[in-house]
Amino acid sequence: MSGGEKKVDCSRRNLVFATAAVGGVATVATAVPFLASMAPSERAKAAGAPVEADISKLAPGEMMRIEWRGKPVWIIHRTREMLDSLKTVADQVADPDSRRPNQPAYIKGEARSLKPEYLVVVGICSHLGCSPTDKFQKGAESGIAADWPGGFLCPCHGSTFDFSGRVYKNKPAPDNLEVPPHTYLSESRILIGEDTKA
Amino acid sequence: MSAAVLRTIFVALLVSPLAAMAAGGVKLDRAPDRATDRAALQNGARLFVGNCLNCHGASYVRYNRLTEIGLAEQQIKDNLMFTAEKIGEPMGIAMPRKDAKEFFGAWPPDLSLIARSRASGDGSGADWLYTYLRGFYRDETRPTGWNNVAFPSVGMPHVLWELQGEQTMGADHKLILAKPGKLTPKQYDDAVGDLVAFMVWMAEPQAQFRKQLGVAVLLFLGVFFVVAYAMKRAFWKDIH
Amino acid sequence: MASGNFDKYKSDGSPAGNLLEWVDARFPLTANWKGHLSEYYAPKNFNFWYFFGSLALLVLVMQVVTGIFLVMHYKPDASLNAAGVPVAFASVEYIMRDVPWGWLIRYMHSTGASAFFVVVYLHMFRAMLYGSYRKPRELLWILGVLIYLCLMAEAFAGYLLPWGQMSFWGAQVIISLFSAIPLIGGDLTTWIRGDYVIADATLNRMFAFHVIAIPLALIGLVAAHVLALHEVGSNNPDGIEIKAKKDDKGVPLDGIPFHPYYTVKDIVGVVVFLMVFCAIVFFAPELGGYFLEYNNFIPADPLQTPAHIAPVWYFTPFYSILRANTVNFFWIDAKLWGVIFMGLGVMILFFLPWLDRSPAKSIRYRGPIYKWALALFVFSFVILGYLGMKPPEYAFFGLIPGDYVSKACTIVYFLFFLLMPWYSRIDKCKPEPERVTR
Repeated sequence: MSGGEKKVDCSRRNLVFATAAVGGVATVATAVPFLASMAPSERAKAAGAPVEADISKLAPGEMMRIEWRGKPVWIIHRTREMLDSLKTVADQVADPDSRRPNQPAYIKGEARSLKPEYLVVVGICSHLGCSPTDKFQKGAESGIAADWPGGFLCPCHGSTFDFSGRVYKNKPAPDNLEVPPHTYLSESRILIGEDTKA
Repeated sequence: MSAAVLRTIFVALLVSPLAAMAAGGVKLDRAPDRATDRAALQNGARLFVGNCLNCHGASYVRYNRLTEIGLAEQQIKDNLMFTAEKIGEPMGIAMPRKDAKEFFGAWPPDLSLIARSRASGDGSGADWLYTYLRGFYRDETRPTGWNNVAFPSVGMPHVLWELQGEQTMGADHKLILAKPGKLTPKQYDDAVGDLVAFMVWMAEPQAQFRKQLGVAVLLFLGVFFVVAYAMKRAFWKDIH
Repeated sequence: MASGNFDKYKSDGSPAGNLLEWVDARFPLTANWKGHLSEYYAPKNFNFWYFFGSLALLVLVMQVVTGIFLVMHYKPDASLNAAGVPVAFASVEYIMRDVPWGWLIRYMHSTGASAFFVVVYLHMFRAMLYGSYRKPRELLWILGVLIYLCLMAEAFAGYLLPWGQMSFWGAQVIISLFSAIPLIGGDLTTWIRGDYVIADATLNRMFAFHVIAIPLALIGLVAAHVLALHEVGSNNPDGIEIKAKKDDKGVPLDGIPFHPYYTVKDIVGVVVFLMVFCAIVFFAPELGGYFLEYNNFIPADPLQTPAHIAPVWYFTPFYSILRANTVNFFWIDAKLWGVIFMGLGVMILFFLPWLDRSPAKSIRYRGPIYKWALALFVFSFVILGYLGMKPPEYAFFGLIPGDYVSKACTIVYFLFFLLMPWYSRIDKCKPEPERVTR
């Protein structure tokens, strides 16, 4: 206000820049709450909170479905035979060692689980989001192939997955089924959606 | 027919304020301001959950929001969360809606916003609640045996009577403590102050943050004004 | 002025220049920039009162933007949710508590509604101070009154959406006004509501009006208002035409380019406005019950009218006029007269340009009669507004019955307009200057 009687143009220029800068900060600061308002609300967060699953009554060879964030999460109590089949199909699946990031870091290898006998996966096909169906029966009875070792079939576009949710090669689905973050609260209780709690 | 409708409305306009004036005759006591007193808010939360939440819901307030008054999630789960399973759920009431209506004759209103809706020209919602919760007195003409100075012919009995004791209405229209309760009058006022503070918090949990942010925003705009005004001056120098 | 002939942009050879030339050959970019901003000549003597036009535009933009984000979360649904609360009411509290920053967006919108009327009332008062409605700006004024009408409709429809007690009963009273119309009134009222009471159907149609129909009309009218302004040029506190004195290039001697002079000045106005606006949003969003009424924190209950219902402050002057008449005369009863007076109270604004016969436009050169008349008019309008918020039996200091005061103020309100052709002509005006003064 006081300085620059002699160099009017220069002070104008600087003041335009200063005002533009402050106005720019104001605009960005105003935009933040508006954009943030589109993020999940407290209600969505509460609905998407971790869920507990009781696996004490899940018999070997069976699976249960629970809902987490509106998605089906499967828990499969795998038998010895099912686990053995994982090795035999290793050369037929696209990502046998789970190298692609479809699971938390602590989920590794062919079993893709914290405890080998329990598989926890999100039952959503990595192709276009259909939910695959379980095809646990082996061989021609499954209606898939005579040498079908058991697993999952997506009804939409025919992608097939093994008992670890690993996708077979040359199928529409590009990736293995996603493993959600989860943790064991006790021998019989799994918390799905959170892995930090002991 | 149209005239009848209008007449009803005009009568309602004319008569209802009179009723309001009759109801609002009492001078409201000023509630203490404990909006930033976390210990008071936490005590208020305990009192609210223990005494109010049995019949009234606070269905817009999620339990995990209580972390904002300094409680840890585990504390909330252990001490306050009786009507929900998950920490993100709202503070509903255990009683089904229909039962409540049968039991009380009317649905006990949700209290999430009561501290805002009870504000009036007579005082803030906090003042009204503070007067109301301390204004119960024995009145055998009422079905519940209780009446209230701030809310004549109130439907709710005095839930905190064990703490306050029993008041009666004196001849000079002043309340007399006829039977002392567990707390002295001073302690009781203090407890109600905490409870009211919590209800004020509940009505607008972000109120404190809103004011803090407001200070920052106004300071920023102050800077903006200085710069913008200087720019205006620089441009307008040559306009005579 | 706005539609002058401007040369197309010629590129200086730089990529940005080439792009601009390409666009300008296909779109009147330079012409609009110059016609409406850099070569739109506004009088250089604008004062405080000339901030409110640009501020009204700012508030309009703000209401549109905050409105868009509110619609993402709001649900126009009168049915009860599991907790026994109407879904619409609960969705507003959801915005206030569960949506990140939802409270800020909602308070901006609710404060913006009142701010809109504040700036528009001051903008209209400016026109009355300086005769901005006079020839050649009659159409500009009419477009402005239409904007004001739209704004009232927009505010009314919007006020129903939170579905609180005041939303419900306010709409009940206002929609019931139509029932005063003879013969068709009853059916018309039912048709407007889409039900026998204010109900879900009413809420849904008000939502449609509030978020799309009226805003479209409003934005169209605002565009027309600005175009009309730039066609005839701005009035000024001296009420004389700057176009009457031009230099040899055709530029008004007392005109300065809107940009940069008034853009930099309006930025200052915007910042000051935002300071007041933010002070309310952050420290007093209810503004003592004037911007957000206390009873509207109670969900709509068709079975129980709140003890005292009053419209939001910006409607109360007309609400007072509605209530003021209690006499049956001719063959029409008092209630219908009330509705007629309220309607006329707004409609009479359209005729203002032709009611004013004063030789001078600006109050600076008008005589004492108009000064007193305008002061009395504003005073009456404010008193009517105040009384509209009070119960009908209200008395000033418990002595002067508000009922009589509102009758008197209603008469003053109408006489200001009806007697204007007479008093504006006999008023002793001072000579207008040749050139604008500071």
